[in-house]
Amino acid sequence: MNSPLPPEALQALMLSLRVAFWSTLVSLPIGIFVAYALARWSFWGKGLINGIVHLPLVLPPVVTGYFLLIVFGPTGFVGSALEQIGIVFAFHWTGAVLAATIMAFPLMVRSIRLSIEAVDQNLEQAAATLGASKIGAFTTITLPLITPGLLAGTVLTFAKAMGEFGATITFVASIPGQTQTVPSAIYAFLQVPGSEPIVYWLVGISATIALVAVILSEGIARYLAKRISG
Amino acid sequence: MLDVDISLRRGSFQLQTAFAAPVGITAVFGPSGSGKTTLIDAIAGLIRPDAGRIDLRDTRLFDSAKTINISTQNRQIGYVFQDSRLFPHMSVRKNLLYSTKFGRVPSLDFDHIVDLLGLAAFLDRRPKGLSGGEKQRVAIGRALLSAPKLLLLDEPLSALDRNRRDSILPYIEKMRDDLNLPILYVSHDVSEITRLADMLVLINDGVCLAQGRTEDLMSDPALLPYFGLHQGGSVLIAKIVRHHIDGLTELATDAGSLFVPRIDAVIGTFQRLQIKASDIILSNKPMLGTSALNNLQGVIEDIHMGDGPGVAVAVRCNDIRLIARLTKRSLSSLGFSVGSQCYATFKSTAITATGRAGRR
Repeated sequence: MNSPLPPEALQALMLSLRVAFWSTLVSLPIGIFVAYALARWSFWGKGLINGIVHLPLVLPPVVTGYFLLIVFGPTGFVGSALEQIGIVFAFHWTGAVLAATIMAFPLMVRSIRLSIEAVDQNLEQAAATLGASKIGAFTTITLPLITPGLLAGTVLTFAKAMGEFGATITFVASIPGQTQTVPSAIYAFLQVPGSEPIVYWLVGISATIALVAVILSEGIARYLAKRISG
Repeated sequence: MLDVDISLRRGSFQLQTAFAAPVGITAVFGPSGSGKTTLIDAIAGLIRPDAGRIDLRDTRLFDSAKTINISTQNRQIGYVFQDSRLFPHMSVRKNLLYSTKFGRVPSLDFDHIVDLLGLAAFLDRRPKGLSGGEKQRVAIGRALLSAPKLLLLDEPLSALDRNRRDSILPYIEKMRDDLNLPILYVSHDVSEITRLADMLVLINDGVCLAQGRTEDLMSDPALLPYFGLHQGGSVLIAKIVRHHIDGLTELATDAGSLFVPRIDAVIGTFQRLQIKASDIILSNKPMLGTSALNNLQGVIEDIHMGDGPGVAVAVRCNDIRLIARLTKRSLSSLGFSVGSQCYATFKSTAITATGRAGRR
């Protein structure tokens, strides 16, 4: 391939894809659990949990990144503990995954929660009378019925993780090949005179991925919704 | 056999009920808001009573004293909800077989249930396109195929129009007569219970007012107001003995023959009949020269004075007990009191053949 992309740009693209993939994968099960708890359970401190989950949506990303640095950084109380067992976040690509996951998590929870709330709760009751356990009723009734919402949440999370910038650059900086994602790379190349063509490429690729993802998810969601209710 | 004795409080509403239900249909009857659904939700384990116990066959499902509370999933109680609650993403067949995913082994044959409830035509369709009556039949089938020891039906026909109702009632009758299962049937519709129920539990304001055989409760003068002055009336079971060529059907009771407009039923089978209390004329001498075809002789067994001008009178005619509503004025002018001889007269059209009779 006669790519006009220098290796750094290609690296940034591959890293962004990797970060987005892992943060989507990690936040999907946790997102389902949190969304279910917020939609269906009543427990003490629910408002606080809801607030914390949604905080990254309204907080300046730099602030979120700074919090991550304090908590998960080499001297942070969680970060230093994890370092003992060999898990490193700071200035490492896994840190970019953590930052992207936390930033995208509210979007995941929101769309799953909305679709769980749209499922008639009484169906799970009916399932219980037919011998289904709580988990059995969830996996056979609620989960299949919320697949359109899951898909929407997944795509949103992926796209958000691809584009996360503020928290990522604050937490793990912008080390080419290590932590330099596409947005960080675009920012970095913008500082270098004469690298506009590379910037155009990266911008184009980001925009294309985002657009395809949104269109695809809309289509699949519509198809699934039709299939589910016959 | 189901045996319930529970109490629970929900806000200002207090439910305090004890009753037993044998094999066959036991109707839980009462006005809206009397606690019928709360009661069967508690039996199904969907809500927890504050105190008491629930026994089903030899199993104690709930006992507040011994802190026994078997979960809904393990109670093996089939529940047909008012609104069907079919799973929209599954075909009718998958809905019917849902419980087998969780280890339930139906004691009834799948094909038998499909046949009993007439489901064959739409087994592979999704619930969405089905009519309300079809959905309820599927919901009944799904509950029956979950190996239930008890079936709960919560006003299963209330969301249906008259025609759909009439089309589903025969299926419920068949279920009552063919399956060896206690069935609790929640209803506030007198015509449904006179047609279906072997036993009645009368609930009002969370309290069980009376329980017993449908025939006994429906002919109890003191209970007439609960069934409605225009809908109440004795229920009896009679054998079809003859179809006359002039279009009348003759039924035999121990008190004598009854004549009704032609019933489409085989000679020798038993029919459930209802005679509305307001359709019976009582006299102290045999009434001659009237057009009414049915005349039974009996003895006044019970009198219940109403709040208004009316009075409900129970008349014993051998093993049949009729209930008639008359005015206090008539009662005194005829000199009726408990033990008086009397004659009950009613037109053939006053008898409603409500359906076939199941177990006797």
